[in-house]
Amino acid sequence: MSRPRFRWHIVVFLAPAVLVYTAVMIFPLFNTLRLALYSKVDKERVFVGLQNFITLLGDPLWSDQFWNALGNNFWFFLIHMLVQNPIGIALAAILSHPRLRFAAFYRSVIFIPTILSFVIVGFAWKLILSPIWGIAPTMLDAVGLKSLFAPWLGKEEYALTALSLISVWQFVGIPMMLIYAALLSIPEEILEAGEIDGITGMSAFWKIKLPLILPSIGIISILTFVGNFNAFDLIYTAQGALAGPDFSTDILGTFMYRTFFGFQLQLGDPYMGSAIASAMFAIILIGVCLYLFGIQTRMRRYQL
Amino acid sequence: MNKARTNPLNTAAMHGALILYTLIALFPVFVILINSFKSRKAIFREPLALPDADSFSMIGYQTVMKQGDFFLYFQNSMIVTVVSLTFILLFGAMAAFALSEYRFKGNMLMGLYLALGIMIPIRIGTVAILEMMVATGLVNSLMALILVYTAQGLPLAVFILSEFMRQVSDDLKNAGRIDGLSEYTIFFRLVLPLVRPAMATVAVFNMIPIWNDLWFPLILAPAEETKTLTLGSQVFIGQFVTDWNAVLSALSMAILPVLILYVIFSRQLIRGITSGAVK
Repeated sequence: MSRPRFRWHIVVFLAPAVLVYTAVMIFPLFNTLRLALYSKVDKERVFVGLQNFITLLGDPLWSDQFWNALGNNFWFFLIHMLVQNPIGIALAAILSHPRLRFAAFYRSVIFIPTILSFVIVGFAWKLILSPIWGIAPTMLDAVGLKSLFAPWLGKEEYALTALSLISVWQFVGIPMMLIYAALLSIPEEILEAGEIDGITGMSAFWKIKLPLILPSIGIISILTFVGNFNAFDLIYTAQGALAGPDFSTDILGTFMYRTFFGFQLQLGDPYMGSAIASAMFAIILIGVCLYLFGIQTRMRRYQL
Repeated sequence: MNKARTNPLNTAAMHGALILYTLIALFPVFVILINSFKSRKAIFREPLALPDADSFSMIGYQTVMKQGDFFLYFQNSMIVTVVSLTFILLFGAMAAFALSEYRFKGNMLMGLYLALGIMIPIRIGTVAILEMMVATGLVNSLMALILVYTAQGLPLAVFILSEFMRQVSDDLKNAGRIDGLSEYTIFFRLVLPLVRPAMATVAVFNMIPIWNDLWFPLILAPAEETKTLTLGSQVFIGQFVTDWNAVLSALSMAILPVLILYVIFSRQLIRGITSGAVK
């Protein structure tokens, strides 16, 4: 018996994907982490160790912006968790009702905002909330709440919350669909067994369905986390790279863009940009690890 | 049969909640679309009224057609999306086949390595990607975008497709081998047609983020001749902020292609999500 021939076809099958993925994703990722350790001194690239991170966290000029962006980002995430995911779950719970008519129609329509680009969503809401056009005040007037109207996107104290809610409006379709899928996979026998024991309607949802879809809620939470800490487009289209008013809507994505590319009076600095990217990488990594090792392994999974 | 599940009051409440949310979801799109067909005066006087003979106007669309090169942007978006999807599907399916079909040293590791990218966003590496594209002269070319989107889409594609390929019957493949088919023929002629539904799911998943992305076109290909529709409309609207007709028309023109694609593919998309491809 001779040794089996080397199976070239495996290499051929794997090569294109591995090459593109390594060259355009993995290599730049680590290269960015490496670049964060350099700086430009007299037009030359110099290794400075952790100096960029010390500046980012220690120099008030940088650290104020960084903590501001990080705090805003957490608020952005919190609103998604508290508004987007519960609404998504509620919609999915209603949609999965066995004898509901037009379910397919509702499902498709509610998903429409998710397919629109940030540019459309950002500008459309900017126009609607604009005090010049007056759609929002007119509508509030119709229900007698006109006094509540404020130029939400222009006020420091409301702008970030308003933008988070716009983002919630856009993405509510994703938790809805994933939870809907999870609810459909619950076998009818379990629900019928509950009915025999007198658990119906709302209590069936809280006591039977919700525990069964907890793993899906976990996945949605981590997807929301990664998506939010990597967000940029909506803030950029609605408020520009300066994330106004007065940086009140600045999140890590816009902060990194501004640092990396420069904006108006600020000069672009790829090395500080890399340092911020590394910080984002660390935050996302911590979040994913917390989920994988802290939550996912402890969650009880029921055999269906 | 249980009464609680068919109570008419309950049903009415459910429809009420769903209709309310449907209105919230559609309202902004509706307002933009109807106002894009109105004259400037009518936009401000009666923002919620449908365009009638009196207020109907195409002035916004005329400005957009004159000023912005929307056909070029559209074409760029189309090229980038279609070519990236082709690469993602072809390379992804090939890698998924290798991982699910053959046992070799490092199979597990390779699978894990490729799966890393599912959770880590490619944007983190932007600084180095731009540096690389500048060094290779790919900056301001559609190729740069295609490469980035291909890399971005591959991890999930490999993951989903290899799950599906494990379900293809071994007997079929072995029958092909006995008939003397090469491994390549087995892949292209036997396996690929069988995983077509999974390929469609992967395609639809990747299509929307690629078409709508603003970050990479803004950074890697902001030149006039390589602008995508998303970046093009962003820049155009930014310049015409005060020309409401033009802004509304540009928005409508950006909404329409996506909406049409959605109507065509929504069943596929929803089936893809609900079939548990991403569980």
